[in-house]
Amino acid sequence: MSRPELIAPPEIYYGDIEAKKYTQNTRNQQIQADMTYRALELLNLPPDQPAFLLDIGCGSGLSGEILDEQGYMWTGVDVAPSMLEVALEREVEGDLFLQDIGQGFGFRPGSFDGAISISVLQWLLNAETSHPTSSPPHRLTRFFTTLFSALRNPSRAVLQFYPSSDDQIQLITSIAQKAGFGGGLVVDYPNSKKAKKVFLCLLVGRTDNQQVPKGLEGDEEATSKAQFERRRDRERSRSKSKKKSLKDKDWILKKKELYRKRGKEGVPKDSKFTGRKRRAVF
Amino acid sequence: MVRLITHNLLACHVKNCTVNNFPLEFKNVQLEIREAEFNPDFIRGFLPKLEWKALVDTARQLGDTSLPTEQPEMIDDEFLQNLHHVLLEIHVEEGSMICNNCKHEYPISSGIPNMLLAEHEIA
Repeated sequence: MSRPELIAPPEIYYGDIEAKKYTQNTRNQQIQADMTYRALELLNLPPDQPAFLLDIGCGSGLSGEILDEQGYMWTGVDVAPSMLEVALEREVEGDLFLQDIGQGFGFRPGSFDGAISISVLQWLLNAETSHPTSSPPHRLTRFFTTLFSALRNPSRAVLQFYPSSDDQIQLITSIAQKAGFGGGLVVDYPNSKKAKKVFLCLLVGRTDNQQVPKGLEGDEEATSKAQFERRRDRERSRSKSKKKSLKDKDWILKKKELYRKRGKEGVPKDSKFTGRKRRAVF
Repeated sequence: MVRLITHNLLACHVKNCTVNNFPLEFKNVQLEIREAEFNPDFIRGFLPKLEWKALVDTARQLGDTSLPTEQPEMIDDEFLQNLHHVLLEIHVEEGSMICNNCKHEYPISSGIPNMLLAEHEIA
């Protein structure tokens, strides 16, 4: 399966349907939540102090919900209108902006106490048009310079992303450094293929405890995976066997059409309930 | 959900628009008042970040005159309450924001401002 950023630009890929799907998928929710908690941990904000954060690529507010829950004030930007619509429906607390981060922010200097971004940066790595302002280095430069000025000194920005090559990491970190950021990459579970997560931990200004944190090691997923393996297998086999015995909607419609053609009387009308799914019975 | 707290941080980011690009001016706005939880610590911590004159002018334009023209030295509870109301409870639902310098218009629909720029406006 190829990554979504290779299929279409974000505002098109996350249309109405995909935005809903993405938000309702419990696995996505779980991953997003985990990464948001981890990003907040890396952000290392002073405890018991209210903070004003920027959520870059807030999407439907999955990460924003956690910021609400933790008592932070936040502002979210995203380029996909459908995602923002879902966020409105979910009634998140933060202010939302329709904005292309590759075009830069217009926030005044020192506006935010920190910034997080979950699974976004990789979207900046594809050029959509041949215009010079659409090239990835130009967009990244614009993004990092305006983000740098929008952050308070000292503060941090934690950006989780999915790089597909070392060159991409190189490009992103070098541009971030040119924009004035310190810090670097934090890789969680570097030896696991699935649990591996890459965080770009950027530091603004210099204080004593501003050090790039260490990534988590070990094999977190190994234990949680095994517990569910058997049940998942059982459910899969059960659903498979059921599917074979059931006649689906197309089959029913075909049969009814056939009976009508033959002039059989009392063939039920087609409606939206024809051949609908039933709730699972235990 | 444009609240004055974010409006007060927002400047125009069109190419070569660097002077007199703050604050953006509201036009044809529809307001909605929604109550929010009062957090005096947050407001107090946010005070130094605010551009006071811009905030008061915008609040007056939107019809709220509870804030004094000069930022008071003594901060009492009533002042914080008023500030809380202006910053976090006034939501601009529809309308637009216009940059005084380059006249770029940022339309607001169902509470979300559209900050996208055309190709020639990108710095």
